[in-house]
Amino acid sequence: MSGADDTMTEPDAPSIIEVSPDDARRVQTPTEPRAESGHKADKLLTVRNLSTHFFTPDGVVQAVDDVSFELGYGETLGLVGESGCGKSVTALSIARLVPNPPGRIVAGEVIFDGIDVLKMNDDEMRHLRGKEIGFIFQDPLTSLNPTLTIGYQIAESIRQHMGLSSAAAKDRVAELLGKVGIPRAKDRLNDYPHQFSGGMRQRVMIAIALACDPKLILADEPTTALDVTIQAQILELIERLSDEFHTAVLMITHDLGIAAGMCDRVNVMYAGRIVETATVDELFERPRMPYAWGLLDSLPRLDDVRGDRLRTIEGLPPLLIQPPDACRFEPRCRFARDICREDEPELTQRGDSHYARCWATQPDGWIP
Amino acid sequence: MTTSAASAQQAAVRERPSTGLWRDAWGRLLKNRLAILGLFLVITLIFLGVFGPLLAPYPYSQQDLKAVLAGGHGPLPPGSPGHILGTDQLGRDLLSRLLDGARISVSVAFVVQVVIILIGVPIGALAGWFGGRTDNFLMRFTDIIYAFPDLLFIILLSVAFRETVFGQALDGLLLVFVAIGITSWVTVARLVRGQMLALKETEFVEAARAIGVSDRKIVTRHLLPNGMGPIIVAITLGIPAAILAEATLAYIGIGVQPPRASWGSLIAEGQKFIRSEPHLVTFPAIAIALALIGFTFLGDGLRDALDPKLKGKQ
Repeated sequence: MSGADDTMTEPDAPSIIEVSPDDARRVQTPTEPRAESGHKADKLLTVRNLSTHFFTPDGVVQAVDDVSFELGYGETLGLVGESGCGKSVTALSIARLVPNPPGRIVAGEVIFDGIDVLKMNDDEMRHLRGKEIGFIFQDPLTSLNPTLTIGYQIAESIRQHMGLSSAAAKDRVAELLGKVGIPRAKDRLNDYPHQFSGGMRQRVMIAIALACDPKLILADEPTTALDVTIQAQILELIERLSDEFHTAVLMITHDLGIAAGMCDRVNVMYAGRIVETATVDELFERPRMPYAWGLLDSLPRLDDVRGDRLRTIEGLPPLLIQPPDACRFEPRCRFARDICREDEPELTQRGDSHYARCWATQPDGWIP
Repeated sequence: MTTSAASAQQAAVRERPSTGLWRDAWGRLLKNRLAILGLFLVITLIFLGVFGPLLAPYPYSQQDLKAVLAGGHGPLPPGSPGHILGTDQLGRDLLSRLLDGARISVSVAFVVQVVIILIGVPIGALAGWFGGRTDNFLMRFTDIIYAFPDLLFIILLSVAFRETVFGQALDGLLLVFVAIGITSWVTVARLVRGQMLALKETEFVEAARAIGVSDRKIVTRHLLPNGMGPIIVAITLGIPAAILAEATLAYIGIGVQPPRASWGSLIAEGQKFIRSEPHLVTFPAIAIALALIGFTFLGDGLRDALDPKLKGKQ
């Protein structure tokens, strides 16, 4: 008993119960690598058979249909595809941010760090968002509240999740702003979003996403609204910080160049389904799905003849109301045969961790 | 060395201080001449409402019987010795009574708006935020209030509560304030709901949700401040309506109890002498008109200042 008393009175011995906000901050400082033993599961994120539907007056839109994938700790996964293929809805579903009504996650599991996100109650969900999962949105111009200062908006999630005093939060905000490359960060805390350029605002969004040192960042086309040079800077920043913070990134993009530059693995989505998944190198060297060929072929190339038309994939993605039991890419596919119209192919293995959903490229298919 | 020099240089380059929405709006307001006139009238009215009775030459109920008897048993005209604006038929100084009336009008202006905010903003916010059934229920309730004849409702309310403590409070004024308030929150509720509906779809709200901000904080910290402009304008423009409503009620004898008089009841009393002593009607009417003009100009100016997009479109 007396020994216990001694430790209580001993000034140097840190008590577990009394953690000052400063100490709490130190523990959370992102530069310290996260302890490897902290992993609660094999994979940071496991999405299994996720289906998110939108119930509209015209019918049920199956925006995300039976999607499964995994994302390891610290890994960067690309999610590519045209507009309206369910990329963003997949990301929103992971954070359970699908607007309801009309949207609803109708089936599947989202296991984040060993816990099923879809079974969480609202409080646990709020704790997860911002703290464990950061979000970077497409348009930094509209994602910041015009009536609140930059400092307030970054500190919002810190205050919400870390319980820091306002002074400590302010230090952390300044530190974060510095990290995302905003000069004289301390002086700019009281500025409003309209005083920042688009690229700077996206940096602020990144600072918000990283504010609580999350394990996963969902980046929903983070550079689409920015011009090309700023794009490169922002991507470089996301890459560097996700390395530094050891954060996994789910990178949603329709730009295969971005996916090639940043991601470890890439999922190609089409019409609410994953149609191909492979490591970046595999996908770019040996794509096994005509849609992926089309995407790769649509990229402008340095050796293109000047004045030629840019190549496109003819047609549009199908309506996702009552899709037929057939290959969803079939109407736009140059290689389609009868079987493609009659039955939908499964996602089958094409190589080491390379899967594709195509009759033609299966071992017994007509494309070698 | 070089870095500190560089940062000093940068600091010198940066001249424009951090400006928020409100400071911008204030700058625009100051450039609007009519708004400044309105602001001046409003500030004067508020000043008179607060300090008027201290400035008044007499208490509002004091009778100068000697002067009345000397002047032939009628109201004294303006410019009479000791009574700049004259007196009524009982020898009460009109200026003093107008100043007391200013206090009533100012309190009407603000208390009614407080009632409107307390009822209208929460109802509109709840309806807009939750949508669906809540929205339907609250908005149909709002429609009912809107459809009900205001004046009739207020008269019924005043009659029903006249004899109670509530009805007697503040010389009968509290009842009038509350009655006007609970018939006029409808506009603000609808406005707030509309703002909520528009703003809750914005991306910064989604972004706030994505970092785990609670619903209550999203509404109070993100939505309401963004929707504040139109609400402030509606409230400022609601003030003249409330002053007018109170004057109307006082004119038909509801509200403040004698010997106190609001501008409305001064007109009602004065109209008996309108042929011989028109000043008894004219001065209270001018007072009402100035107050209404002041708040209306200020409200218009605020609307232009808070919504720069509207500028030049009228």
